[in-house]
Amino acid sequence: MAGTVRRLTWQVGEIVETSPQTPRTKSLFLEVPEWRGHRAGQHVDVRLTAEDGYQAERSYSIASAPENGRVELVVERLDDGEVSPYLADELRDGDGLELRGPIGGWFAWDAEEGGPLLLVAGGSGIAPLMAMVRHRKATGSDTPVRLLYSSRSYEEIIFRQELETLAADDETLEVIHTLTRSQPESWRGYDRRIDEKMLRKVAHAPEEHPLAFVCGPTPLVETVATALVHLGHDPARIKTERFGPTGG
Amino acid sequence: MGKGFISRGFRGRRREPEGASERVPPGQYLVDGFPVLSAGPTPRTPLSEWSFSVEGEIDEPKSWSWEEFRALPSEEITRDIHCVTKWSKLDTTWEGVSVDTLLEGVETAAGYVLAFADGGYTTNLPLEEVTGGQAWIAHTYDGEPLAPEHGGPARLLVPHLYLWKSAKWVRGLRLLNQDEPGFWESLGYHNHGDPWREQRYWGD
Amino acid sequence: MDEQRLDGNAAAGILEEIFTFEITTARAACVHCGAAGEVGAQMAYVTEIGTVLRCSSCDNALIRIVRQQSTPQRYWLDLKGIEYLQLQ
Repeated sequence: MAGTVRRLTWQVGEIVETSPQTPRTKSLFLEVPEWRGHRAGQHVDVRLTAEDGYQAERSYSIASAPENGRVELVVERLDDGEVSPYLADELRDGDGLELRGPIGGWFAWDAEEGGPLLLVAGGSGIAPLMAMVRHRKATGSDTPVRLLYSSRSYEEIIFRQELETLAADDETLEVIHTLTRSQPESWRGYDRRIDEKMLRKVAHAPEEHPLAFVCGPTPLVETVATALVHLGHDPARIKTERFGPTGG
Repeated sequence: MGKGFISRGFRGRRREPEGASERVPPGQYLVDGFPVLSAGPTPRTPLSEWSFSVEGEIDEPKSWSWEEFRALPSEEITRDIHCVTKWSKLDTTWEGVSVDTLLEGVETAAGYVLAFADGGYTTNLPLEEVTGGQAWIAHTYDGEPLAPEHGGPARLLVPHLYLWKSAKWVRGLRLLNQDEPGFWESLGYHNHGDPWREQRYWGD
Repeated sequence: MDEQRLDGNAAAGILEEIFTFEITTARAACVHCGAAGEVGAQMAYVTEIGTVLRCSSCDNALIRIVRQQSTPQRYWLDLKGIEYLQLQ
């Protein structure tokens, strides 16, 4: 059978670095002793256990490329969250974090699959798509990629600098931002939520048969997936990852 | 269960009972919010199409439209609720029609009911546990019309049992001579579900 | 719009506690409507009470799973909603 035969078990990864990304988000870098490697787009389940045995579990997409030995997770601090404030504010270098994975080969991309790739992200939904962008870079692939990325404001664009640098050096990678709540004075880009009109302009033509990956809050994912089908894209080439109420 | 990895400094969002601990069943903890747990899409039946039925082992099945249902006598009740996933909320306030009212005049030898809901969810109970002031069809929670994610427009409310027995989006009760395990009861959850005896799973 | 309605991928964690292969790319056919598609493309409702994987065409429950965490740990698995599972 394709893929590995294994039973998914919990492992303890070690936090080796934490790095604020934006006011609301932070990257956690983990060394996981028996990590078997992952495909770009996959996620891990994270589990927190209190002294009295109480447990909470959440899923987080892996933002690092498969070629990178460390596992990077992006945590968005949700105000009334149970898990995200702990991950974002409490965890320190040297702490352990229980996780299992990688999970979810359906929402994954390998460079040899080609494209063109249409990546659509909302907020922290950028995480699995960033793994794809980084993987593409690591393999030297020239599969054309268009990334449409919705953020609340300029300051809240996760991986902004890295995306700018990658795109500057590579004409086959296009990054288009939309800022939905506030924009800098000089902003001339999109300033609204992603809609069909925007996708008609930004997405590849259906005849190019792009492979689309859409990730972020459920309303954004559903709007985008519906719009892409409406624009003539093959539903079988649209893959979605809804984050649901607990982020991801 | 042997102690596995403990997350340094993690407590979770549980609240301490503050002197009400005798009201919290074994293994439960208190929460501030009202968690939503779904097994399927949230039904959105328009009120004009909604009805509630009492059917099965009964001479004359009964049915009410939404207007007819809301015209029935309704009571305000305050109860503690307990979910099998371990959270509890004390003093939740509801308004609803007592199941006794809906069964008024019904003659039956049936010993069991199966509550059925939009979306296919079912749950089973002994008839004697939904009568005698133990169960309601609730349409109002915390002073507001019951929200869809919490089972609105109306849900069964049987507070003395784990909350999975309080079927959301309930559309009727089927009276049965034989017990028929419902959606969760047929898949590991305890047939009865008494939180004070921690009847969570088969064999508990 | 249902916030608890996730992609099939979200059920992969608990499914892969039971199945030892990559489940999200397995093809499942629905007994109710006949539609066949990858598990990842179906809809998943994943909560502490249980996980229900539903057909993205007709919402029929394809797979239901309950996991009892305490000792002993038990799983209950209902696969009646699946006509067949095709594994690569």
